[in-house]
Amino acid sequence: MDAIKDLINYLSYPKWSFTLSLVVFFVLLWSKRLWTRSGGLIMFVVSVLAFCLSLLDPNFRSVVAKPDNVPIVMMVFLVGYFLWLALYKAHRNDELIERGEPTFEKSEVEDKIFTWPDLVFIEFICMILLMIGLVIWSIVLQAPLEEPANPSVAPNPSKAPWYFLGLQEMLVYFDPWMAGVVLPGLIIVGLMAIPYIDTNPKGNGYYTFKERKTEISLFLFGFLVLWCQMIVIGTFLRGPNWNFFGPFEFWDTEKIEPLVNVDLSEIIWIKVLGVGLPSHWFFREIFGIVLLSLYLLVLPVVLSKTRGFKRYYGKMGPSRFYIGVSLFLVMMLLPIKMYFRWALNLKYFIHIQEFFFNV
Amino acid sequence: MGGPRVVRRGQLRPRERTPNIMLKKIQKSVTQSQVWKSIFRVGIPTDNRKRALAMLGNVVLHLHPIKVKKSGLRMSYTWCMGGTAFFLFLVETITGLLLMFYYRPTVEYAYFDMVDLREAAAFGIMRELHRWGAHLMVIAVWLHMFRVFMTGSYKPPREFNWNVGVVLLVLTLLLSFTGYLLPWDQLAIWAITVGSNMARATPFVGTEGPGSALLQLGGTKLIHVGSDARFALIAGRTIGGGTLIRFYVLHCVGIPFVAAFLIAVHFWRVRKDGGISGPV
Ligand code: HEM
Repeated sequence: MDAIKDLINYLSYPKWSFTLSLVVFFVLLWSKRLWTRSGGLIMFVVSVLAFCLSLLDPNFRSVVAKPDNVPIVMMVFLVGYFLWLALYKAHRNDELIERGEPTFEKSEVEDKIFTWPDLVFIEFICMILLMIGLVIWSIVLQAPLEEPANPSVAPNPSKAPWYFLGLQEMLVYFDPWMAGVVLPGLIIVGLMAIPYIDTNPKGNGYYTFKERKTEISLFLFGFLVLWCQMIVIGTFLRGPNWNFFGPFEFWDTEKIEPLVNVDLSEIIWIKVLGVGLPSHWFFREIFGIVLLSLYLLVLPVVLSKTRGFKRYYGKMGPSRFYIGVSLFLVMMLLPIKMYFRWALNLKYFIHIQEFFFNV
Repeated sequence: MGGPRVVRRGQLRPRERTPNIMLKKIQKSVTQSQVWKSIFRVGIPTDNRKRALAMLGNVVLHLHPIKVKKSGLRMSYTWCMGGTAFFLFLVETITGLLLMFYYRPTVEYAYFDMVDLREAAAFGIMRELHRWGAHLMVIAVWLHMFRVFMTGSYKPPREFNWNVGVVLLVLTLLLSFTGYLLPWDQLAIWAITVGSNMARATPFVGTEGPGSALLQLGGTKLIHVGSDARFALIAGRTIGGGTLIRFYVLHCVGIPFVAAFLIAVHFWRVRKDGGISGPV
């Protein structure tokens, strides 16, 4: 048992678990069998069983059962269920489309039903059930109230509210101006841009996967792999000093993780070229500046001419294409930086402390 | 619902004067009273005309159209998540109002009002309802967005309503964030400290943000700890009484007003964009 726990603890370190989550994500997207009733049932039983077994572990229990963490456990299961529901319906519709039959929604869309009583009663019953659930939850679980506020004693770890923990987790890889301002800002801008970038007229008003593979894959990647996963890591797996702890690991305040991160400039000028760092910031950081410019400015142009992407360029036109690709590339900065951190202990691509400009 | 049953006195034997019939009589005299009829003009609808009138005559129900697509009615299509988010918004409004009776947003009282709420207030679950409801609302809004994406409902003609939705999402998070400070316990101030420290790094308008050093006027820095974005957010150099009152006003008045307005716009647009989406 302990060996299994140790293995899980080890595998849950982001460099393994993130890689694993990428693999799982692509399996999920390609699989058809998981998105059936039996597939869903199996996934549900397995995850509930794994969760209940884990609850036997005192370390796991102490983190999961914190009152403010209970909603996040709930969120994980709800997101899982609705992911299944959406893809289940999408795949059933795709089968219908393949056979040349109207989708499930299409066969009902002409059928107009009186709002009274059908919709009104559904809403009424939903409200009552929700209220009952909420009241039971409130009776069973008391809202947390800790010691009175004391600005001179910081709890360790200090955590933001749970819905921002994905952003706090990004602080491991980026400075606050990126993780706390620019990237969240771009998430909002990106979400708002979706309807204007996506020109695919199909899949409007019904579930389908086949007709919208790219859009759905990109959205799910951002929502599940980046947003939800980072929240789960930040909530359950980050302990004192924001150190990483496996799900069955004791939150040891004394745990020390060596800080050995180096900048790209140091790697190239000192380790590779064997000369010292130039004193002017521009020459010192030239490699990072070139690299990032290539990535954000040149790569979109190159992509517009590459085979796989040319198709989209033609369909979307230049402005949609460049905005969409830029947003995508900025999103991908996060996993890219993560892998650079794990492989090379990279701290910053560009480190201009003079202007607080660190990427 | 059949038509009203006519009960003639002579036909009933005493044994059949059951409570059921008494109830019917009472119901009849209530629903035919002038008071009742003045409130509910239509009564329980028995035909299609009345079903339509029931929706039109009621200010709450008339948010809905008279008829809806069967495909859009299905729970497995909408997941009822927009409705859940709205319902939770209402729950938060009502429980929040009740909490305001007890809570004073000052450094001296805030925490101890929380303790009193826990120990002395009647119906001691208002705080719980409010807190868990808030968490649930965040989840519901995310799931609603997820559903809208998966059904492609942001596509024309609903692009604008998707954008209204994104703003509502941000407002929901801000509502939750401003509320998190109010208990004034360790959890509260340190979570807000962590969150608001980010503002210090805002490009140009945060002291530690890239480019802020460029904003100078005759050699004096315009952006310093007493004038930057974080200062504006928390009304001071550190989290204190000023932050509390600022977050309180935003949480109880400012953001709810804007959110309520945008929810109205959101619902209006759902109708104007042709109701719940469906295949064309
Ligand atoms: C406080 C937050 C919100 C509330 C109370 C709310 C409420 C609702 C309700 C009641 C509906 C009717 C259909 C349904 O229940 O699914 C709806 C539809 C819609 N919502 Fe929201 N919503 C919120 C946030 C959002 C967000 C975050 C988005 C997207 C980013 C969004 C985009 C839409 C769109 C595009 C529709 C039309 C869907 C269709 O026709 O199928 N809403 N909203």
